[in-house]
This record gives sequence, structure tokens and C-alpha cells, in this order.
Amino acid sequence: MQSKMKESDPILQVENLFASTDNLPILKGVSLTVYPGEIHAIMGRNGCGKSTLSKIIAGHPSYNITNGDLKFLGQNINSLEPEERAQSGIFLGFQYPIEIPGVSNLEFLRVSTNARRKFLNQEELDTFDFEELVKEKLELVKMDQAFLSRSVNQGFSGGEKKRNEILQMALLEPKIAILDETDSGLDIDALRIVASGIKKISNSRTGIILITHYQRLLDEIEPNFVHVMADGQIIKTGGSDLALELEKKGYEWTDNFVKET
Amino acid sequence: MGVSFVKVYKANCNELFLDNMVNENLVKDVVKEPYKYGFITDIETEKIAKGLNEDIIRLISEKKEEPKYLLDFRLKAFKKWQKMEEPDWAGLGYKKIDYQDIIYYSAPKQKEKISSLEEVDPKLLETFDKLGIPLTEQKKLTNVAVDAVFDSVSIATTFREELAEHGVIFCSISEAVKNHSDLIEKYLGTVVPASDNYFAALNSAVFSDGSFVYIPKGVTCPMDLSSYFRINSGDSGQFERTLIIAEESSSVSYLEGCTAPMFDTNTLHAAVVELIALDDASIKYSTVQNWYAGDEAGVGGIFNFVTKRGKCLGKRSKISWSQVETGSAITWKYPSCLLLGEESVGEFYSVALTNNLQKADTGTKMIHIGPKTKSTIVSKGISAGNSINSYRGLVKMGTKAAGSRNYSQCDSMLIGDQASANTFPYIKSQQPNSEIEHEASTCRISEDQLFYLQSRGIEFEEAVSMMVSGFCRDVFNQLPMEFAAEADKLLALKLEGSVG
Repeated sequence: MQSKMKESDPILQVENLFASTDNLPILKGVSLTVYPGEIHAIMGRNGCGKSTLSKIIAGHPSYNITNGDLKFLGQNINSLEPEERAQSGIFLGFQYPIEIPGVSNLEFLRVSTNARRKFLNQEELDTFDFEELVKEKLELVKMDQAFLSRSVNQGFSGGEKKRNEILQMALLEPKIAILDETDSGLDIDALRIVASGIKKISNSRTGIILITHYQRLLDEIEPNFVHVMADGQIIKTGGSDLALELEKKGYEWTDNFVKET
Repeated sequence: MGVSFVKVYKANCNELFLDNMVNENLVKDVVKEPYKYGFITDIETEKIAKGLNEDIIRLISEKKEEPKYLLDFRLKAFKKWQKMEEPDWAGLGYKKIDYQDIIYYSAPKQKEKISSLEEVDPKLLETFDKLGIPLTEQKKLTNVAVDAVFDSVSIATTFREELAEHGVIFCSISEAVKNHSDLIEKYLGTVVPASDNYFAALNSAVFSDGSFVYIPKGVTCPMDLSSYFRINSGDSGQFERTLIIAEESSSVSYLEGCTAPMFDTNTLHAAVVELIALDDASIKYSTVQNWYAGDEAGVGGIFNFVTKRGKCLGKRSKISWSQVETGSAITWKYPSCLLLGEESVGEFYSVALTNNLQKADTGTKMIHIGPKTKSTIVSKGISAGNSINSYRGLVKMGTKAAGSRNYSQCDSMLIGDQASANTFPYIKSQQPNSEIEHEASTCRISEDQLFYLQSRGIEFEEAVSMMVSGFCRDVFNQLPMEFAAEADKLLALKLEGSVG
């Protein structure tokens, strides 16, 4: 399925990636290519390495790449700092967004947005111009302006934290967004808001990787590809129907797959 | 002794306490910033011989042409000091100071009587220029009056005439002794008696200069007043004395800054600050302390052993201390409030940042004596490197302090896994109808927080500095505008460096 000819160059290439933390191997040869306009879903049991994959793409310092390559827009990014990856257009939506006490959400969003704009040779925004921009983006995720004056994620409900992630994605306009269980902990209404936000931000030039356990997000955002991970590898790739199949069969068969290999 | 309503909260903030979470090397690099005020001014100074005895004290008093009551004050203090023992209850573990190896008076040589700034040695003006405190008419700060103290003497005080129009007296304490002797005699030593503690006694015996402020009844001081203390000599101590008196219904905001050159010996700084607020008066005293802290191996640096205390004598009077302590090898300092007047208010807002082998033991004492008195304590300690940062505070409710309240909040932030933070809150209550609240928390900048900010394109250094200033925000909000910006910059500088 992924072998069909593409007209444009890939955004992200994960090539036979092995990675470990504290000498414990987590990824055992993952390969994945994302072209512009594509939506990929990665599914699998807890502990299969999905979240690790997303953190490694974003540059989390706790993980070491022991073999293989990460390429973004054709360039090897194995040794880039997390902030350099973010500035150049890689976005990670956190499964558990982190609270930063005392730092105002508005200031955080502004500094972050300006870091990306600087990379893109765009003019950096002062507080007033930024407020204009952020108001517009707040609409996308139906967030109230009161969110801006609170400390980053502090005291936010689960749903508010996830919407704040999508707000950041909207401001940063990434080339590729990896959304790690953005659907977990959301009620149906919040899920729809988040899903519609993601759809509005993504376009034919961006790539999306959705990491999820459940079909319900994929009902809202239909993926082009579904990958099943087990024990640090992608063991099966298919179309959106693969997710439905998983919904019926559960993940038990993936354990057997690991045992067999 | 009655039992008052005491609420004690002990809360760990939700940051992870995982060791080795933060990349140690990165953080070590970031908190390594060279001290930029470490230069020495090459100037001829008049110094007296090393050592301390009655003759030295007489000599200092004579040089300053002091009246007899002041010489007696000094000699009495000296006698008390001789009988006292250097305290070590804070367990700061420094090498004992040889008090006979210190020069107690050091002054840049200049003309006897200086009538205007033009006569001040240009080298001195240049020094303060370099420190960002221009004194000359053309360059002086427009909204702050400055008293510049160099080693043992005050060099210049700006805006004196403008202040005099409002009846405000702002001058060096030596001048005040000459020109406002009645006020000095009436108030000196009434808040911090010579016998108060070892270093206060020493200061009372040998104090050389410092600032004097008098705000007359009903006057709101038209501009912020500020003193800038500069230690230049390596072998002399600095013993300044500050006295601020706010008469009925007056108010003043006073700022204090300090720096010193880098020497590999330890220099002693033992200051005494006394504040007096009468009925409905308010004094806001802000400090940014950036004495030389010693090098990474803990060689050199200032011993900052300071006694600061304010007396809310009048009804509804208010004294507010805010401090940003970033320098000194050892800081030992508890700006306190004696709340005598009914409904008087004491406040203490503090940020203390320690790095390398620095030690800070700082906090406050809120002594509630009068009824319906109120105090607030907000302390933020940040420890990096191998430093030790302790909050030590006392809240006391006296028998007559009915209806009084205290609220204390002590937060510590650890950077790296070698630093330590302690909180020692002492609570004494003799008044059942009073309320004391204490909250404390400890947190660490976690790798997850750093990664979160970095993954949004924010550079590592900026991420650390954002989190530190976020942590200090409650205190920075209390600082005068220009100081808040300076404090933020100072912390960022202290935490900045080459990453990787």
C-alpha cells in the first residue's frame, strides 16, 4: 500500500529505528514513511512502544537511538535538539500535557510561536499582535480567553489540556503532527471539538500521525494507513478497515504474533 | 500559654522527584555565569590599620567628627561584643573570622569637603557608571534618588534639593549625624539594640556609613530612594548602617543594591538596617543583593551577615520587605517586623537563589505584639549546584495580639540533584484568638517540564529561566517596576551560560 508512487517528497522517514532507554531496548526496527496530506494511525497495546516512538521523533533526551535513521524533509535529525525539531515543524501532542506553575499560558504560547516564526523568517509578534492571532485560533478549539491568563496546563481538566495541545498545534502550524492519545480522557463533545480542530489545521501539505487505542477518534478523522505495533515493531499495516478489525478482534493476537517471531 | 488556631499544610507539588531526570551537565552549564561586577577600581584609599580595639573605634569616630553620645554608643557596643560569642546555630560551617585581620575603615581619598558632584573623583563616578548607577547630572536615573556608598563612605546622593522641597531628608548617615543629630540620637539602636546579636554589636561599634531617610508627617516621598553599596577593598569589611523614619501618614519606597569585586579571600559585610513607621505610615524596603559569591570551588565571596528589622510603632503602619538574594558566599539575614501598633502590617517577600557552594540561611521574624496585626510571608528558594538554601522564620503571637493573623508560604525549587533546600518555620503563640497558617512545598524542575517547553521550540536556557521566573512570580510582583525587571534579568543571568 505504501509502495505506490508519490509525487512529492516524504515529510518524515523512520528507517529501521532501534532505540533504548537505560539500556532497555524499546524500539526494535520501526520503519514508517509519511507523505504530505497523509494521516497515519498507530495502534497497539500499552507498552508496545507507540508513545516511545512519538517521543523519539520529538527528541526526548531519555531515549537513545541505537540504530537506524530519523529523517525530516530528507535531512537526518537523529542528533537535533528537541527545540530545533519543533522550530523546523515537528509537533508532538502530549498524552499527558505537562503543568508549568507560574508561567502564563499566553506568554508560553507567544514565546513558542515566535520561536517557530523566527525559524520561518517571519516577523516575531509582540504581545498585542499575538493576542489577535491567538484569539482567532482559540475559536478552532472553542476555548475561552480565560485560558490564556492561567499557568500552563495548571488546574486544567483533562479535556482542557488536550484542547490546549491542539491550540498549540494551530499556532505552530507544523509540517508533521504526532498526536499521542489525544483522544484519551475526552468525552464525546470534546472529542468532536478536538477532531474538528485537527482537521482544520491539517491540509494537503501536512502529515498527521494519530496514536490511539480506540476507533472512535478514527471515526472522526479517517486515516489513510493504520499500523499495528507490538513489542517495538510495526507488525501489520493496512487501511482504515484494519482499525475496525482490531476493534472486533482486540489486541491479543498481537501477543501471539510476537511469540511466533 | 494558649493554643491558637494553627493550620499547617505540607504539600509536595506535583512535579516528579525522579533523580537524574534533568540532564545534570546541561543544568550545570546553564547555572554557570561569570560574575560581571568583579572588577576593582584602582583608586588611592585611606585605610586605617588592621585590627579592632577601643583606639580603632575612637579613631573611626574621630575621623567622622562624631558627637560624644555616638562614641559612647560605639564603645558600649564594643564592650558587649567582646563578651559575646560568634553564633554558629545556623550550622553554616565557615572558617572562623579573624576580627583582628580586618580593616574597619577604608575610604577613597578625595578632597575634604565636596560640595557638588563635579568634585567627586571621576574614577568613582566611572565605577558606578559601570555598575549601571550613573550619578552625574546628565546621566542620573530620572525617577530614583541614589545614595552611592563606596567601601566605608557615601560618595554622592542625587536629587537632594528636589527631595528637600518636600521636607524629605535623604543623605549618608555620617551627614545625618552632623546635621540631624537629634533624630539620630532619638532613633539609632531603638529597633536593633547593640546587644541584639553578635554582628549587630560589631556593626554598632564600627559602622562607617550608610543611608539615612526621614519622611515628614503626611508626605508621600515623590520618588523611590535607593542606596547602592559597593565593596572595593579586599581586606576591609563593610559595616553600613541604615536608618529610615517614616512619620505619621507618610510613605516611602526604598531600594538597595550591592556588588563587590572578586577576591579569593572572604570579605565580611555586617550591616544593620532599622526602619520605624509611625501611625498610618508605610515603608517598602526592596533589596537586590548580588555580592560576589565566590568561585565554583567556593573560594572567596562575601559573608553577608546582616540584621534588618522594622518597627511598626504606629497604628495601621506597614512595613514591607522584599528581597532578591543571589550573591554572597554565605547569606545570613532575617528582615523582620515588630508589629506593635494596632492593625499594623508586616510583609516579607523573598527570592533566594544559591548556586555552586553558596549557602543562604534567610527568612523573617514576624513578632505580633499589638492587637489585630497582620503579617504575610512569601519565600521562594532556588538551589542549584552544591548549594544549601534554607528558609528560617519565626511567627510569634504575643499575649496582647488578639485578632492577629499570619499567612506564610515557603516554596523551594531544586535544580540538579546535589543542591539542598530546608525550611525551618518556628511558630510561637501566646494568644488563643489569633490565626497562623503555614504552607510549604518543594519541587524540582523536571526533565518532562523542560522537554515539554523544548518540544514547543523554546531553547533549553530560556525554558529553565521561564520556569524559575514563573516560580518567583508572586515575589517579583511585589517589587518596584524597575527592580522587577532587573531581578528577572539577574536570575536569568545567573542561570544562563553556554549549553552543551
